[in-house]
Amino acid sequence: MSRYLADRIAKRLVLFLGISSFLILVLIAVFIFREGYPAFQELGFSLFGTKWYPSRDAFGIATMIVGSAVVTLIALAIAIPLSLGCAIFLAEVAPPRVREFARPAVELLLGIPSVVYGLVGLVVLLPIIADISGRGSGSSVLAAGIVLAIMVLPTVTSISEDSIRAVPSHYKEGALAMGATQWQAIRHVLLPAARPGIIAAIILGTGRAIGETMAMIMVIGNSPIFPDSIFSPARTLTGNIAVEISHATGTHASALFATGVVLFVMVMLINSVGIIFYKRTAR
Amino acid sequence: MKLSPKLTQKIAWGLIWTAGISAVLILLLIVVYVMARGLPIFGSDFFFTEPGGGISGEGGISSIIVSTIWLIATTMIILTPLGIGSAIYLAEYAPDNWFTGLIRHGVELLAGVPSIIFGLFGFAIFVIALNFSYSILAGALTLACLLLPFLIRTTEEAMKAVPKSYREGALALGATKWQMTTRVVVPAALPGIITGIILCIGGAVAESACLFVTMGGSAGMPSSFFDGGRSLAVHVFYLATETNALDKALATGAVLIMLILIINLATKWLSLRFRARMEGKA
Repeated sequence: MSRYLADRIAKRLVLFLGISSFLILVLIAVFIFREGYPAFQELGFSLFGTKWYPSRDAFGIATMIVGSAVVTLIALAIAIPLSLGCAIFLAEVAPPRVREFARPAVELLLGIPSVVYGLVGLVVLLPIIADISGRGSGSSVLAAGIVLAIMVLPTVTSISEDSIRAVPSHYKEGALAMGATQWQAIRHVLLPAARPGIIAAIILGTGRAIGETMAMIMVIGNSPIFPDSIFSPARTLTGNIAVEISHATGTHASALFATGVVLFVMVMLINSVGIIFYKRTAR
Repeated sequence: MKLSPKLTQKIAWGLIWTAGISAVLILLLIVVYVMARGLPIFGSDFFFTEPGGGISGEGGISSIIVSTIWLIATTMIILTPLGIGSAIYLAEYAPDNWFTGLIRHGVELLAGVPSIIFGLFGFAIFVIALNFSYSILAGALTLACLLLPFLIRTTEEAMKAVPKSYREGALALGATKWQMTTRVVVPAALPGIITGIILCIGGAVAESACLFVTMGGSAGMPSSFFDGGRSLAVHVFYLATETNALDKALATGAVLIMLILIINLATKWLSLRFRARMEGKA
């Protein structure tokens, strides 16, 4: 086979592979929407109702939307200050030797499987929370929020750290030369300059938080109710899909795909905004 | 009351150190806790017997290890050609137009789609529509879709990092574009590409949600990839939620952490080599 023929065949082949990858990805969106459509058609706005009793044909996912939102907010409330502090620490404060140890540690946190976080939450955190609240097993939005905070910590930390590092060093040197303390230079010069990147980090962390599934199921209790306190159990959109899809049929299955559609749209919106902010820092 | 700048500086430094140290402590605590409770369970009983099922969670993880190997092998066989081929197309062949832009944005956005959404898709198309039922194959196909955007992106980046002069040199010697790609660009980008592949294996080891809804939960020894099965991560979930064998769950978690550690070290070493090579030192 001549090398020119090989070249032509190869060109077609990689074009084919490229387009099939793209089509697979399009197909995913199409399939989820197609399978979820009957539920939207049949249930209309009652899909966003407050009662989820599949055995009585009530498929309202409002409690799960609230559940996902509450858990994510608790996680962010813990993770944002911690990751920002950690990012400043790694970018500006830590002595090189400490950084050499701390940075890979944060990266390793990102690789640990989510079920391991869920498991440690279940074994260690739940008994403590049960003790404090005096309520049942300790499965609660608080437990889920804490576990989730640890899971988004590395994402938010590493993107924030990168954007703090991307600020040209003469910004900070200028501030120091004017007599600012280290902290004043960080607070009033570095952080404002790195703000779009930090916002991107938080938004992308939020996207990751909303999509987390197995660890949430393990510590949140999975009751489709509105949480009335941080010690109350709840259910997330992701958990709703994972727990019920294998034994669902008809409208029930379609309602679970519709849950997926809602989740998909939420994550797409959040990530698009995050990527826009991220691109702004890259420039 | 207004604090003096010096005092504020001290307080801020204290808080920042606390944040940095606590992130490292959290990691250490999780790893040490899982190891301390999991390692004593290790032994030939644990690694070489099948899970017995039931609420007490008797038995070990032999069939789970086999399922995991089957799953990862199948996933990588599907994923690697598709991902690397697509990346070669994007990096070397794709014209710079709106369609290429669309593919790139699509890939970028899908990299952030939650695992369970891929699980739903895999359930609908592989388990139900294509009738693979709950099987390692259905799980592997789903996992390949999930990891595809990531592999395309890392491979394309590795190829883009190869200096233009390499390509120009090859073309000037009369190489066709394909010869240039396979004999110059890909070899030069190889450590970067392999890093991407290893990270995908790490992702496959860690993944649970999309497998939970496509592989079924059978804990027996699989005889082919048409059988259902559990990966190690999914097994941790079942042990923790359906049995009282929390120590076995922690031991399985310890296996997972050790695998992730090895994968992390391998990619660290490879990316050091890649950087050295791109800077002309090796």
